[in-house]
Amino acid sequence: MSIFVDKNTKLVVQGITGKEGMFHTRNCIDYGTNVVAGVTPGKGGQKMDEVPVFNTVKQAVGETGANASMIMVPPPFAADAIMEAADSGVALIVAITEGIPVMDMMKVKNYLKDKDCRLIGPNCPGIITPGECKIGIQPGPVHNPGTIGVVSRSGTLTYEAVHQLTQNGFGQSTVVGIGGDPVNGTNFIDCLDAFQKDDATTGIIMVGEIGGDAEEQAAEFIKANVTKPVIGFIAGLTAPPGRRMGHAGAIISGKSGTGQSKVEAMKAVGIHVCDTLGVMGAIARDVF
Amino acid sequence: MKIHEYQAKELFRKFDVPVPEGSAAFTVEEAVDVAGTLGEFPVVVKAQIHAGGRGKGGGVKIAGDIEEAKSYASQILGMNLVTHQTGPEGKVVQKLLIEQGLAIDKELYLSILPDRATAKNVIMASEAGGMNIEEVAEKTPEKIIKVFVDPMLGIQGYHLREAMFGLNIPKPAMKEFSKLLKNLYNLFVKYDCSLVEINPLVLTKDDRVIALDAKVDVDSNALYRHPDIVEYRDLDEEDPLEVEASKYNLNYINLDGNVGNMVNGAGLAMATMDMIKTAGASPANFLDVGGGANAEQIENGFRIILSDPNVKCILINIFGGILRCDTLSEGIVQAAKKINIEVPVVIRMEGTNVERGREILAESGMELINAVDLNDAAAKIAEIVN
Repeated sequence: MSIFVDKNTKLVVQGITGKEGMFHTRNCIDYGTNVVAGVTPGKGGQKMDEVPVFNTVKQAVGETGANASMIMVPPPFAADAIMEAADSGVALIVAITEGIPVMDMMKVKNYLKDKDCRLIGPNCPGIITPGECKIGIQPGPVHNPGTIGVVSRSGTLTYEAVHQLTQNGFGQSTVVGIGGDPVNGTNFIDCLDAFQKDDATTGIIMVGEIGGDAEEQAAEFIKANVTKPVIGFIAGLTAPPGRRMGHAGAIISGKSGTGQSKVEAMKAVGIHVCDTLGVMGAIARDVF
Repeated sequence: MKIHEYQAKELFRKFDVPVPEGSAAFTVEEAVDVAGTLGEFPVVVKAQIHAGGRGKGGGVKIAGDIEEAKSYASQILGMNLVTHQTGPEGKVVQKLLIEQGLAIDKELYLSILPDRATAKNVIMASEAGGMNIEEVAEKTPEKIIKVFVDPMLGIQGYHLREAMFGLNIPKPAMKEFSKLLKNLYNLFVKYDCSLVEINPLVLTKDDRVIALDAKVDVDSNALYRHPDIVEYRDLDEEDPLEVEASKYNLNYINLDGNVGNMVNGAGLAMATMDMIKTAGASPANFLDVGGGANAEQIENGFRIILSDPNVKCILINIFGGILRCDTLSEGIVQAAKKINIEVPVVIRMEGTNVERGREILAESGMELINAVDLNDAAAKIAEIVN
C-alpha cells in the first residue's frame, strides 16, 4: 500500500519533448513508472523514445487512459498546463515547474476547487512510492520500499531525510514533496491524513521550513487525528528575519511563521522534533 | 522585487491613484529645482531607499522655504540612513523625492497582498495609519479590517464598501476613496504585485484622499511579463555580491558570519546554515546553487564566497540528485585551478554518482577535508573555527 501513486498509475508528461522533460521522463521510466503518453502542443504524432506524443492532454487521456500528469512546462505556461490537465479529467497532477507567478497559482487553486483532482506542487521534487512509481525529479536509488511516510516542503532536504532513513534500515511507503511555493496544491494535512489512513504506513516524517503557518496547522491536525509516531524537522531556525518575507505577509499569520513558533507548536503535540538535521536517522531508530 | 517610492508613485499616477505633486531628484540642484516648481511651501524632502522607517531615521524632513529645502536635500543625500529595516549598517541615500506638503486631517493604512492560505487577495485597512502596522496587528488586531477578494471574480462594489465603512471614511470623501481602492486593486493585479502598501493614506482637510507614501513589491517570478518594472531595478540598493551571483543564476545572500557554504536546494541550504550555527560558528552566506548547477556555476559560487573577506573556511554540502556529484567535483577542481583557495574546505556529498565524485577529488590532489556525514561536517567546522 501507499498514498496517491502506485504500480497502477499511468503517467502523461506535459512538456515531454523539452530538455528537462526528456531527461526526467527517461529517469522515471528507468525507475519503473508506467509512462503512457507525452504532450507537447504541435508535436502530436511524434514519439519520445517509445512514448507517443499528443497535442492536447484530452487526446492523451482519451487514447491511453492516463490518470496522472507530470508538469515539466516552463513557468509562463505552467498554470495553463495544470488547468488543462484538470479539465481533461486527470486525477493526480504533479507540477515540478519552479517559478510560476503567484497570481497564476491563485487562479489555478480557485479553478481546482470544483474539480475532482489532486495537485502536488508546484516547485516540488514530486512523489515516489519506492519500487512502484516515481513521478518527479528525485534520485530514485536513494529510496527503498518500506513503511515510513515522508512529507516535505523542500527538495534536496527530502532526499537527505530519505537517505538517513534508508541508512538506518527504514524504507518508505510514499515520499511526497509538496513544494516550497506560497500557494500550492496538496498540503501537509492532506498527506498526514492519507498516511494515517494508509495501513502500510507505520510512522511519518514531516520536513518543514520557516514562513507561513502550514506547520502550525499540521501540528493541530496531528493532535486531533494522527496516532502514528511523527518525527519533525524545521529548516531555517537561524535564518535572519525579513530577508524573504515582506512585512505585511507576516501579519496575516500573526506570530506564526518563525522557526521557533513552529518547533514549539510541533513539540506541544508530541512530535519528535530534530534539533539538527544530522540526528534524524538516530531519532528514527528511537521512535520507529 | 522592490522598487522606490517615487517609482511606485509613477505607477499610481498611471492608474489614477492620487499622490502629492512632486518629482524625484538625484542632486541637490535638482531638489531645489523641483521645490521651486511646486510653487508652495512647505515641501517634503524624502530619502529614497528600499527600506521603511525612513522618517524615524531622519530621512524625511519638512522644509518651510527654498533655503531649508536646499539644506535638507544636501543633508539627506549621501547620508547613511539606518532604520529598523536596513539593519545596523544602514543604507547610503542616493536619491530624493521632493513633494508638496499637505494639510492632513487623518492618516489611514491601506494595503493589498496575496493570502497564501485562502488563495485570495486580501485588502488590509486600518484607521491606525502612519504607525508601524506590525505593532497594530500585534497589540490591537481589531483595528485591522481584512477584505478578501476572489481573484477569479475581481474587485466588486461590496468589497469597496466593506473597506470604506470599516474605515469610517467621511461622506464627502467616499466617492474618491472607492475609486482609489478600485484603481489600486487593478494596479496590484496588473503588475503581479506581492504587496502594495500605502502608509499613510491621508484624508486632507479639504476631503481629498491621497497616497502620501507608496510601496510596491512585484513578484520576481512574474517579471518576464513586466519589462517596465525590470527597468526600475536599482543596483545601488542591492548587495554587490548578490548582484554578481544573480548573473550566474545563483541564489546568494550575504550574511555576517565567517563560514562560507555552498549547498544545492534552499531547504538543505537553510538546514546547513542552522547546522553551522549549532556547531558554534556562524554562516557567512546563504548559497543555493540550484538543482541543475554546472561546473561553471560551482566555480563562480566559489569566487563569490571568497570575495567576502570574513570567510575563514568553506563547507560544501551537496545531495546529488539532478546535480550529480561528479559534476560538482569537476566544478571544484576547475575552480581550484583558477582561484587561489587559501581557506580550508570541508566537503560532504551524497547521492547520484558519489563514488565517481570522490575519485575526481582524490585524483586532483587538492587538500580537502572530507566529512562522512552531516554530524561529522559540523564537528570539523567547529574544530576549524575554534
